[in-house]
Amino acid sequence: MPEPDDAPARARHHEPVLPEGPVRATANVCHAAGCLSLGSDLVFDRLCERVEASGTDDVGVRRVGCLGLCAQGPLVKVPEHDRLYAKVPAEPDELDQLVEQFRSGTGGLVVSEDPFFARQVKVVLRHCGSVDPEEVEDYVAKGGYAALRRAVTEMTPEEVVAEVTESGLRGRGGAGYPTGLKWATVAKSGEGGHKYVVCNADEGDPGAFMDRSVLESCPQQVLEGMAIAAYAVGANEGYVYVRAEYPLTVRRLNSAIRQAERAGLLGTAIADTSFSFHLEVRIGAGAFVCGEETALLASIEGRRGTPRPRPPYPAAAGLFGEPTLINNVETFASISAIIERGGRWYAAIGANKSRGTKVFALAGAVERTGLIEVPMGLSLRQIVFEIGGGVPGGHRCKAVQTGGPSGGCIPEELLDMPVDYESLVSAGSIMGSGGMIVMDETTCMVDVARYFMDFCREESCSRCVPCRAGTVQMHRLLDRICSGLATRADLERLERLAAMVQRASLCGLGQGAPSTVFSTLRYFKDEYLAHIDHRTCPAGVCEMAPFEMAGSGR
Amino acid sequence: MSVVTLVIDGHDVAGQSGQSILSVAREHGIAIPTLCHLDGLSEVGACRLCMVEVRGARRPLAACVTEVQEHMEVTTTTDELTDYRRQIIELLFTERNHVCAVCIANRHCELQDLAKALGMTHFDLPALNPSAGVDASHERFGIDHNRCVLCTRCVRVCAEIEGAHTWDVRGRASEARVITDLGTPWGESPTCTSCGKCVQVCPTGALFEKGRAVAEGKERRPYVPFLVARNRRS
Repeated sequence: MPEPDDAPARARHHEPVLPEGPVRATANVCHAAGCLSLGSDLVFDRLCERVEASGTDDVGVRRVGCLGLCAQGPLVKVPEHDRLYAKVPAEPDELDQLVEQFRSGTGGLVVSEDPFFARQVKVVLRHCGSVDPEEVEDYVAKGGYAALRRAVTEMTPEEVVAEVTESGLRGRGGAGYPTGLKWATVAKSGEGGHKYVVCNADEGDPGAFMDRSVLESCPQQVLEGMAIAAYAVGANEGYVYVRAEYPLTVRRLNSAIRQAERAGLLGTAIADTSFSFHLEVRIGAGAFVCGEETALLASIEGRRGTPRPRPPYPAAAGLFGEPTLINNVETFASISAIIERGGRWYAAIGANKSRGTKVFALAGAVERTGLIEVPMGLSLRQIVFEIGGGVPGGHRCKAVQTGGPSGGCIPEELLDMPVDYESLVSAGSIMGSGGMIVMDETTCMVDVARYFMDFCREESCSRCVPCRAGTVQMHRLLDRICSGLATRADLERLERLAAMVQRASLCGLGQGAPSTVFSTLRYFKDEYLAHIDHRTCPAGVCEMAPFEMAGSGR
Repeated sequence: MSVVTLVIDGHDVAGQSGQSILSVAREHGIAIPTLCHLDGLSEVGACRLCMVEVRGARRPLAACVTEVQEHMEVTTTTDELTDYRRQIIELLFTERNHVCAVCIANRHCELQDLAKALGMTHFDLPALNPSAGVDASHERFGIDHNRCVLCTRCVRVCAEIEGAHTWDVRGRASEARVITDLGTPWGESPTCTSCGKCVQVCPTGALFEKGRAVAEGKERRPYVPFLVARNRRS
């Protein structure tokens, strides 16, 4: 497995430069996966060396989590002057000049004035890019674990659940189930027996990196949310289920758990109360379907990761048959802010039935790709054009894909639609976990549908027939259309098959697999017909295959 | 156990709480097609053939894993459900190599029976014709993966009735196969007791007894009803 993001061991790296006296500037060097892959660890080392060599004692250098503007890494932020420096080079001479800029507060871009940042509201990401992801003390110094302390010392479990219910928070994994309701169900389940809290960090949608960024930037915030949840529902054990493709996440999580336990913030007798919560990390083996909750639980139990029919829901009978609370990374990361500032404060953000903020991984044909957090109800157009800076290369935005393989493509003419759970569903897509892929007119929508179908086909767990065999046939039909070999009868067959797979599959993977087909057919049927009737791909992507000879077997 | 009354296809029927829709329907002589289900084994809800419409439910529910509830209104056959079932059978036929004319289970095959019952006259999806492999290493039995529908009856009967857990599933998507132990050839499996239950419960000709020719796989599962009764009691 390639491991560009697995930074070399700490020992080989420079220690942060943290002057004791007052500082004029602190260089916060991004150490999340995106910037690390662009060499931010080298920038950090060199920067430390240059600062020490220069003999100044008023410039600090430290590691932080994701600074958001991933497209322009390696990033360095100087919070004293509210400035962000993009594409920081690792050349010593240039770094010397940069250090001068850091001190004087010149150069770079002004964070609070830049549209990429000005439009965002940070709740989940409020510590992202300001705390050192590998130092629990840093998180505590920024107010971390105050919410957990408050919950376990001043609040009853019922009060915690009530606060979360009042916040209107809904599951950020994509389905949008009310979090407070789920917590209340688990709290009532079982009779004083074992319960579990599980964090779903098996992020697998193509183009999505929200959970990864949150966990790599501030793992403690997620752990704190889980501990609060455990207190609220009466659980003493928990698991974080992370995919193996995120080695840095796994390392930072393990280190975060150890550090928090040493600090008395996890483990036995948390904050000197009788509440204890033990956490373990479980690593997935590369199956997308293990993001489905029942498959995830099976995988933790050491069984084959396939979904099972629900009910019983995990809230009633989950891990090892016990009541289990399972939430997504971002849901847990929202909890500490809700406890600190109150459910009412959180519910004041957002629109319609979707409260609070949502983190998106903005990717694709957009000027400024990166990690963003916006209040619910902002329009897609604002996200793509104001935050994302529009489509590069003079191209026009054609569609925005949300929700990953189970989502859909929203066409340009609907971009003024607010981003909330209900609006996205009515437009034929879903909120999903937060992947957002912008597409320009050089993208063929049939090809997109084929791509996502290929993904679902490969990731089908093989348990139920509609998903296992249906995705294969749908992919073949889409392939025929892309090759210009299909007839209108093939298109009808595709629609009939897609309807069956959507309605008859066992779990969300199969039920969601046809949704990209449906949404592209809904908004871009002319592209399908161009492939079929005229053997042309309007976007110029698909190559038309020569006609088959009769009896060639296809 | 309390008695639950519900309506299936317009008939007032009664079952016990905890019972599945499928079980109550069959007790009342209402037929629902199934493939992965076998009385006495645990349910997996995998073949999706037993889907029924339940009033108020957003999508069809698998009758084998859905418990009956008071006042439930169930419809077992609609045009839509029949179409879905036919498509599922068609998908199974095209997925691997089900050539009845040369199959040991010809005329004794549940897949074949279902195709006939559901009126599948042909399939318009292309047959994928994979080369799925055969394991004939066992002294008395063999498995032809080309005829396997992944119902996992063999996996369940081996684990739940025989208690050997020799069979399991490996891989995913179209690469999924039932395997013995961790993929060792069947004949070398140290856990297999050679009881033959897996062969008896296989709905198609995938698992077969050696020495039988085309359409000779007739004497199937003589002791399955006995096993089932025993399992129900325990």
